[in-house]
Amino acid sequence: MLELNKKAEQAKEKKAAIGPDIDLTSFTSEQVSHGYLEDLTQLPDEDRSRMIQSGVDASESGRSGTYIQMDTSVVHAHAKQEGLQVIPIKQALREFEWAREYYWKLVAVDADKYTAQAQLNLHDGYVIRALPGSKVIYPVQACLYIDKENLSQHVHNLIIAEEGAVLHVITGCATGPNLKRGLHVGISEFFVKKNATLSFTMIHNWAEEMMVRPRSVGVVEEGGLFLNNYICMRPVKSLQMYPTTHLVGKGAVSRFYSLLVGSPGSELDVGGRIFLKAEDTRAEIIARAISNGGRIISRGDLIGEVPGVKAHLECRGLMLKGGLIHAIPELRGTVDGVEMSHEAAVGKIAQDEILYLMSRGLSELEATSTIVRGFLSVDIPGLPPQLKAEIDRAVEMSEKELM
Amino acid sequence: MLRIEDLQVKIGDHEVLKHIDLEIKQGETHILFGPNGSGKTTLLMTVMGYPQYTVTAGNIFFKGEDITNLPLNERAKMGIGMSYQRPPTIHGLKTRQMVEICAREKIDVADLAGKVNFTDFLERDINAGFSGGEIKRSELLQLMAQDPDLLLFDEPESGVDLENIALIGNSISRLLQRDFHVDPEMTQKQKKLARTKMGLIITHTGFILDYVTADRGQVLYDGVMSCKSNPQEIFNCIKKMGYEECVRCSN
Repeated sequence: MLELNKKAEQAKEKKAAIGPDIDLTSFTSEQVSHGYLEDLTQLPDEDRSRMIQSGVDASESGRSGTYIQMDTSVVHAHAKQEGLQVIPIKQALREFEWAREYYWKLVAVDADKYTAQAQLNLHDGYVIRALPGSKVIYPVQACLYIDKENLSQHVHNLIIAEEGAVLHVITGCATGPNLKRGLHVGISEFFVKKNATLSFTMIHNWAEEMMVRPRSVGVVEEGGLFLNNYICMRPVKSLQMYPTTHLVGKGAVSRFYSLLVGSPGSELDVGGRIFLKAEDTRAEIIARAISNGGRIISRGDLIGEVPGVKAHLECRGLMLKGGLIHAIPELRGTVDGVEMSHEAAVGKIAQDEILYLMSRGLSELEATSTIVRGFLSVDIPGLPPQLKAEIDRAVEMSEKELM
Repeated sequence: MLRIEDLQVKIGDHEVLKHIDLEIKQGETHILFGPNGSGKTTLLMTVMGYPQYTVTAGNIFFKGEDITNLPLNERAKMGIGMSYQRPPTIHGLKTRQMVEICAREKIDVADLAGKVNFTDFLERDINAGFSGGEIKRSELLQLMAQDPDLLLFDEPESGVDLENIALIGNSISRLLQRDFHVDPEMTQKQKKLARTKMGLIITHTGFILDYVTADRGQVLYDGVMSCKSNPQEIFNCIKKMGYEECVRCSN
C-alpha cells in the first residue's frame, strides 16, 4: 500500500495521454454517507428510476447479485448465488489476501492523475468474483450512483471469472435527477481465467456537466472469452476512456462493442485496445457512433504479436444533426502471419432507405427512427437475453430523445 | 381505380415521361413493356410518389382522389405498394421487422414467409447480400404483408432462377387475385367481378406472362405510351420485330 501511495503521489499532477485535462481541485471528494439498505425497494423512487435506466433492477428479479454505491458509500452488496462473491472493495482489501493480489495488477496506479486519485482517495467500488467452475446464470448488477453536487467519485472495481466460470455483469453508472456537475473516476480490472467467460455490459446515464474518466484493463487466459459492451447515449460533458485487454492464453477471445451518442455539448473520446499475445487468439472491436450535435472520437487499436491471430475492427458513424465524428482505427502487426482488418465509415442517413420505408407506410420520422434503431442494433453473440433487453431499452430511450 | 392524365415527369432537367395517359380499372392488371431507358421504372416510381421524379404537368388519381402531390407514405396507406428491382439494404433492420412494418398489425410472419420460401431469411438484415431472386421473394413477402390494392412490379422476374420463377409468378398471381386454382367452379366472369386488386407489371423477358394473366399490355417507348393491346400479342410482336417496329406497326 505504501509503495502504491508513493507512486500515486508522484502522478498526482500527471495529465492523461489523451482527452481534455480536468482541474481536480474544482471538485469535492469528501465522504458522503448514505445508510446501508437491506432491501432495495427502500430506495427513493426518483433514484430508483434513474438506476432502472442504467439496467439496475431494484426487485433483483433475474439478477444473481447486486452492488449499489451512492456517492462514496456502499448502500447494498450481496450475492444470491453460491459460487458468486459481491464484496465492497475496501472490505475485500481488508479481509482477503487474494483481493490484494488483484488490486492494481493491470492498471498502473501512476498512469495519470485520475488513477492516482483512485488510490489516494478511494471511495470504495466492487469486487465481483465467480469461483472456479461456477456458472452464474443471471447477471450480477452494479450501480455507481452520484447524487452529491460537484462530487469527484473515485471507485475501483475488480471483476474476476475464475477457471471455467461463467459470469455476466451489468453495471450502470448514473447521476441523481438534480445533479449537474461531477466527476467519476472508475478503475476496473478484469481477470478472465482459463476457459472462463465474462460479459461486462456498462450503461452510462450521466448529467450534462459530468466529467467521466474510466480506466480499465483486462486479461484473458487460455480459452477464455471476454465480452465488453459499453453504452453511452445520454449527454455527458466529457468522457474519455480507452479500455485495454490482453489476450495472453491460447485461443482467448475478446470482443468490444460500443454504442455512443454525442449530444450537443458532449464530448466522447472512447476507444478500445486489444493485444493479441498468444496463438489462436481472436479480437473484435465494433463501434456505432451517432452525432446529434456533439463530438465523438472513436478509437480502436489492435495489436497482433503472434502469427495466425485474427482481429477485426469496425467503426460506423452516423451524422444525424451536425457535430463531429472522428474515427481513428489502428492496426499493428508485429510479426508475419497476423490477419487483421478494419472498416470505418462516417455518413448520414441514406435518403433511399427513408423513401423505401415510407413506401411501406412509415412517416419520414418513423422511417428515420427505424433506420437509427437498426444502426444501433448490433448482434452480440453470447450475451444473455436479459442484458440484450437492457441494451435495447437504453437504445429505445435515447432514440426518443434523438428524434 | 388508377387514372393517369397527361402526365409529364422530369428527373433533374431531363424530361422522361411525355403526355402519359393510363387507366387501370378495379380488378385489372396491365403489363408495361419497353426497352431500357424508356421510362418504365420512372412511371412506377412516380405513381409510388418518389420525390426525385418531378411531375411538371398532369395528374394521378387513385380511388377517385388526386394523389399527384401526396407523399409516398400516404399513398402506401391508400393502398399502393411496389416491388423494387434494387431496394436498399438497411443495416440492423431484420427482414422480419420489415414485414411487420408492412403489415401494420400483428401477423404470423413465419407462416407468410413459408409461402415464398423465405423463412430462413427472416433474421437477416433486409436486402443485405440478397441475390436477385432473394430480393424478389423478399419484396413479394413485404407486399403480401402490406396487401395493397394497386401493386406495382418492377421486373419481378429479373435475376430469378428457373426453379423460382414459378413460385414468383404464382405468388404475384395470388396477390392480384388471379390465382385460378382457388375456386375452379367460378366462371371467368365471376372471377373478374370478384377481383378488386389492380396491377401494373414491368417485364423485360415476358416470362411472367406464363404465370400471370393480364388484361392489357402497353408499350412505353421513349417516354411515350405507344400502344395498347393484348399483352401476349404485344410480346410476340416485340419478339419478332423488336420495339421500334412494334411501336410503328401499332400506331
